Amino acid sequence: MDFAFSEEQTQLRDALRRYLSQQYTFEARKKIIHGSGTSDAAWTGLAELGLMGVPVPEPYGGFSGTGVDMLVVMEELGRGLVVEPYFATAVMGAAFIKHGGSDAHKTALLPNVADGSLKLACALTEKQSRHELHNVMLSGTAQGNDARRSAAPDNGFSLNGSKTVVLHGAQADKLIVSARTSGAARDKSGITVFVVDKAAAGVTVHDYRTIDGMRAADVTLVNVGVGRDAVLGKVDEGYALIERVAQVGVAALCAEAVGCMAAINEQTIEYLKTRKQFGVVIGKFQSLQHRAAEMFMEFEQARSLAYLASVKVDSADAGERARAIHAAKVRAGRAIRFVGQSAIQMHGGMGMTDELAVSHFFKRISMIEATLGDTDHHLAAFAALGSVQENTTAQAAALTA
Amino acid sequence: MELNYTAADEAFRAEIRTWLNAHLPADLQAKVLGHRRLSKQEFLSWHKTVAAKGWVAPGWPVEWGGTGWTPTQKHIFDEECAGAGTPQIMPFGIAMVGPVIMRFGNEGQKRHYLPRILDGTDWWCQGYSEPGSGSDLASLKTRAERRGDKYIVNGQKTWTTLAQHADMIFCLVRTDPEVKKQEGISFLLINMKSPGITVRPIVTMDEDAEVNEVFFDNVEVPVENLIGEENKGWTYAKYLLGHERTGIARVGGSKRELAFLKSVAAEQQVDGKSLMQDMRFASKVADLEIELMALEMTVLRVVSAESHAAAQGKGGPGPEASLLKVKGTEVQQRLTELMVEAIGPRALPFHVDRFDDPAKGEAIDPLAAYYFNYRKTSIYGGSNEIQKNIMTQMILGL
Repeated sequence: MDFAFSEEQTQLRDALRRYLSQQYTFEARKKIIHGSGTSDAAWTGLAELGLMGVPVPEPYGGFSGTGVDMLVVMEELGRGLVVEPYFATAVMGAAFIKHGGSDAHKTALLPNVADGSLKLACALTEKQSRHELHNVMLSGTAQGNDARRSAAPDNGFSLNGSKTVVLHGAQADKLIVSARTSGAARDKSGITVFVVDKAAAGVTVHDYRTIDGMRAADVTLVNVGVGRDAVLGKVDEGYALIERVAQVGVAALCAEAVGCMAAINEQTIEYLKTRKQFGVVIGKFQSLQHRAAEMFMEFEQARSLAYLASVKVDSADAGERARAIHAAKVRAGRAIRFVGQSAIQMHGGMGMTDELAVSHFFKRISMIEATLGDTDHHLAAFAALGSVQENTTAQAAALTA
Repeated sequence: MELNYTAADEAFRAEIRTWLNAHLPADLQAKVLGHRRLSKQEFLSWHKTVAAKGWVAPGWPVEWGGTGWTPTQKHIFDEECAGAGTPQIMPFGIAMVGPVIMRFGNEGQKRHYLPRILDGTDWWCQGYSEPGSGSDLASLKTRAERRGDKYIVNGQKTWTTLAQHADMIFCLVRTDPEVKKQEGISFLLINMKSPGITVRPIVTMDEDAEVNEVFFDNVEVPVENLIGEENKGWTYAKYLLGHERTGIARVGGSKRELAFLKSVAAEQQVDGKSLMQDMRFASKVADLEIELMALEMTVLRVVSAESHAAAQGKGGPGPEASLLKVKGTEVQQRLTELMVEAIGPRALPFHVDRFDDPAKGEAIDPLAAYYFNYRKTSIYGGSNEIQKNIMTQMILGL
């Protein structure tokens, strides 16, 4: 039982924090979000630090990083409020290839992810799907033969439909798209995951800003033809892959939220120590002190489960993995609301302004809560696990018998 | 980061569990698991059983009868004891006055008191709070006046837990009323059999008598019962507060109670199905379980940090100690709250005559009393509001 980070992890954290504090200042970020939305220079800088290679297995040019390595990276990207497409590409995109791709996919795509030359985006959400990733209506129709499962390997699919809030969809070279290849809209079976070239005929991407400074896109596919080699995993069995990748994404988002909340708490403490009213610094007021103590506790509790999730996300035990991931997102969600809203309140009018970083952090963590399943979504999933406290159940059962 | 226990830790856990299985009497275990009230003899017999094994004071140095366990092993021991349903080892001697005597007492005091704490000869209680001094403890008024080789003590302590069982009380007393309030306090050890001491029970809302008022009327205390220096008692009291901080969260006990809550709720009905199948109730339980998971990880983070600090010869309490107290008690209280919620109108019957015997009545009988009793946890040991003050002092440094 040891919560210490390794020397390599500490070095990575230090290097990344140094880079971001020098090259990715709040002012520089402001220019980026009001310009093209992402920065090629920053992407190159992050790639040179080796960041894209962290989740990529060594045989494909990466570092075979663990969930804890990714936690270190995401915490720092959160602390730096980075708006580059790292989550879309290196977290979600790379995880799809790693967990669902064939050797050919891995060989063709992962080295380019690792060196920063390939950007990916994941098109999962539809307008009606809310947090249900199995609510998929974009259709994948097998070509040439309606008995799909026995179709010849060269028989591909035609994709038709729309996706929304595709994070960094316009900045990506390739899109990973979930499609309904059989069954009804909310069936968990009958979903297939495809890799689609963004430049393919029939793909339209509408880019827009998100409220937290990122970019996202609506993606429409009209008769987009893809071959069998575009399928990640198995035809009709894509939902398990999507769930697995979403767990990787949730662990990363919880870590990012922890980085954001660390910064928020530091900024709020600093404000309480400098802002004066009634002739004293406002940190002298007990109502604010207690709120600050509660922010500290919320943050630490969220951090504890983000750590747990970062370790368990690599676990081979599906039950243990799901339990840690759901719990971490719920606890992060609770902390996000309290820490974020309290920080704005305690900054008073200044908290409302675009000028201070704290409002930007608040917007980012709030949108993290709404991404890949909100608090209620994960709470329901956690409750459905019917988790047991192994040591004591028998005793308690004996007692009530 | 390695969040699995080592093979050595698991072997240690197995050793503890095997021993508990063999030595925890079934009737005592049933009482603890059944939220029944324990007698002095029951607490003491368990204390002596654990003491005979040499495990009663894991936090003490080996030379005084400690175990030499690592912070992780101590945590495992606490967790196993709580999971099994052992009676609590009373903290007043082992966890409170013991470490103060060890750190600030003289050789004679150490040699006299420490072995008696260890083997259960002396039952200690804590004389801190007074009617006018709760959270503002340093305002305490109980006077100790030096006369020759004695102190004459006059005043009143209150909320003294299990004083009716106690042989000894450690007291904060005022020895200098002229100086700043923190600077005129001394730390005295007083024999409860001394003439002039009166113990009067305070009946709490669950009609239990856990706490007492203790009156001192010209009580003579030998000067050799003073710990450290006169007027330095506040420093010793603060040392005590920072001691043994990870156990304060009571994660093991709460895990046991969570399982109990689920088993109780599973047998209740709503809308024709089990209450645990009811989304509204199940969500509350899930939220609480997640809070407890987070608390367990926070405790383990502190344990891990303590291990690293101990290796480097550093240490000392940070704001985490207060966090563990606040979150630990919030979880404990929420558990009792949901138990009462689960059993609905069956919370009402008050069969106080059944509270000392698990064979009487049903498992749910003591739950409402348990809920009312547990409101104390956010008040005692430095109220949760005081803990927030301490946290902000540390975080803000104002």
